[in-house]
Amino acid sequence: MPTSDLLPLVLLLAAVAYGLAFIRSRAVAMPLGGIRNLKALPVYYAARAALWCAIPALIVLGAWATFEGKVIQDMVMASLPAELAPQSAGQASLTLSQISNLAAGKLDPAMVPEGISGAATLLQELREQSSRFKALLVILIAVLGGTFAWTRIAPHINARKSVERTLQRLFFVSAAVAILTTIGIVFSVIFETVRFFGKVPVTEFLFGTNWSPQTALRADQVGSEGAFGIIPLFTGTLMISAIALLIAVPVGLLSAVYLSEYASGPVRSVVKPLLEMLAGVPTVVYGFFAALTVAPFIRDLALMLGLEASSQSALAAGLVMGIMIIPFVSSLSDDVINAVPRSLRDGSLALGATQSETMKNVIFPAALPGIMGGILLAASRAIGETMIVVMAAGLAANLTANPLDSVTTVTVQIVTLLTGDQEFDSAKTLAAFALGMVLFMVTLLLNVIALKIVRKYREQYD
Amino acid sequence: MPEADLIKAPIERPADTVIEEGKTVGVPFSDDPKFQLRNVEVFYGETRAIKNISLDIARNEVIAFIGPSGCGKSTFLRCLNRMNDSIENCRIKGSLLLDGQDIYDPKRDVVELRARVGMVFQKPNPFPKSIYDNVAYGPRIHGLANRKSDLDDIVENSLRKAGLWNEVKDRLDAMATGMSGGQQQRLCIARAIAVSPEVVLMDEPCSALDPIATARIEELIAELSESYTIVIVTHSMQQAARVSNRTAYFHLGHLVEVNDTSKVFTMPEHELTESYITGRFG
Repeated sequence: MPTSDLLPLVLLLAAVAYGLAFIRSRAVAMPLGGIRNLKALPVYYAARAALWCAIPALIVLGAWATFEGKVIQDMVMASLPAELAPQSAGQASLTLSQISNLAAGKLDPAMVPEGISGAATLLQELREQSSRFKALLVILIAVLGGTFAWTRIAPHINARKSVERTLQRLFFVSAAVAILTTIGIVFSVIFETVRFFGKVPVTEFLFGTNWSPQTALRADQVGSEGAFGIIPLFTGTLMISAIALLIAVPVGLLSAVYLSEYASGPVRSVVKPLLEMLAGVPTVVYGFFAALTVAPFIRDLALMLGLEASSQSALAAGLVMGIMIIPFVSSLSDDVINAVPRSLRDGSLALGATQSETMKNVIFPAALPGIMGGILLAASRAIGETMIVVMAAGLAANLTANPLDSVTTVTVQIVTLLTGDQEFDSAKTLAAFALGMVLFMVTLLLNVIALKIVRKYREQYD
Repeated sequence: MPEADLIKAPIERPADTVIEEGKTVGVPFSDDPKFQLRNVEVFYGETRAIKNISLDIARNEVIAFIGPSGCGKSTFLRCLNRMNDSIENCRIKGSLLLDGQDIYDPKRDVVELRARVGMVFQKPNPFPKSIYDNVAYGPRIHGLANRKSDLDDIVENSLRKAGLWNEVKDRLDAMATGMSGGQQQRLCIARAIAVSPEVVLMDEPCSALDPIATARIEELIAELSESYTIVIVTHSMQQAARVSNRTAYFHLGHLVEVNDTSKVFTMPEHELTESYITGRFG
């Protein structure tokens, strides 16, 4: 029986255990004069039975499924005759895939040596045995667990405590999964970054002004030394992000002020979701909007004014990205402006201040830390954005301050370094991890600053 | 009501007492009115919160609005400087005159009105700024000081009048939100009088304060009554008795009785007023 069938079966058994335990705990309670004579409510006895039934069985199932393949593989390889035993790792994986293809019937037995077909038969047998044992063991454990919990349904045993404790652990495990994943990502990036710095010096990477990551694949290939200076990428990222923020911050803030202070209820309830929808448009849609509509428009406009302009420009990408991050600024600012207590507003109005004076002198300063948090969030989003830049700003790593030139960003380069057929140990591909690491540090720093500001904001008027 | 019934039902509410709409016993009118309010009605959506109230508020008097919760006294107070404007669905009918001029005239400048009719709120609401900036807020908005030294004088005078100067003169740059509740409320009073209003509205100014701070504010009201018209909403009948010249009793949106404070608390004319001040309900 395959794992995919065992899983629902275990859950079904747990449900049965739940039902039976529920009925039994009521039956135990009734002669005593009602469920108030039990230490815990029947649902707790039932839940404990279900947990006892499911959790050990699932753990065993998980462990078995994890190690099954490896153990069977080792046993099969050990069974091979000496002359067929693989000499290298590459050979071993070739032999293994031959065996498993043969076992799956994808390969004609006549085409392979005798020993291999024997191993394939063994593989098939072992798999069947393993599957059978696994099913038996899991069902047995589930039933035993359920039975154990069943025997522990008694008025003096408090099931509530153990259920609470188990749930607490379950929540902890869920939280740990997210944290461990993050740590895993960070470590994998760090590991590759260190390898990259073994090939390219840190100083050249951080302070070089030339980015051209093409390295020679073969010794006889012409040119392509490869240059890994990230300065052009960072200026590109900064320029596009700055243009985006230049659009998003004023527009977002002013629309937040309008929404929170001036718009009537019905208007607000329509406009706010519409504005937030901007954040829901897929970035690739923004990308072709930028590349096909905005960028040519900017080029034509620049030519009309007698300026030199590339058909892909930082300005086009920045403008469209600015539109995209408006809701980050407006929505968060709207929330913090609304969080400013009404009493402050009334106090200012009662002194004869107009609505805009109240906004400027009282509400805005009080909400400023929260607004800053929103802006920083928008900035992290802008720095991490890729798709719009790929499509609208180009790939050329120009070190320029002219927004009409085409530029490229850190994220775009990561994408181009890792797409297509690549060697995974060349400086070129490893550079992507180093870029990712730097980007991660920058956005982490921004998030820390944002968190600090938000925390300070909380202390303001409580 | 026979004596025996009262003992059986000590907190009986005289809900069956019929209030005649627009009929106020006592002396609601004055020869020298600051405010002339006639047939005032306030609606929140469909709910009629204030039902046909007519009242004069005399120049330089202290008038107290009392009544059970939800009787409309705060709503009525907030009509006097149009603080109800910012509440959606709120409509006001009737004639409200300040020195003979309509408060709700569409051409009326609300900024100018509120400069003349200041307000102190239930909960102290200093701005999260320095003590100095809080008091200077109004004068700055209205352009009352041409020089920094003028502004300094206004701030000092206002804080002196509010009895706060000696406590804060060495730390005018400190955050106002770091002061005690009583100090904050006196700061709010200083802030209100810094724009030299003619009227000060106070919406339960002591309900968030301890007895000592309350006593301090009540002293202050007595001092301020020499130069300002003061309208105070209060839940404390003792406070009304201590600080006001006249007392108005509100009930379910009606103005039931207006009389000299001493009369209201010794010989109320209306049976609802009597029930309220003797503590039978409210």
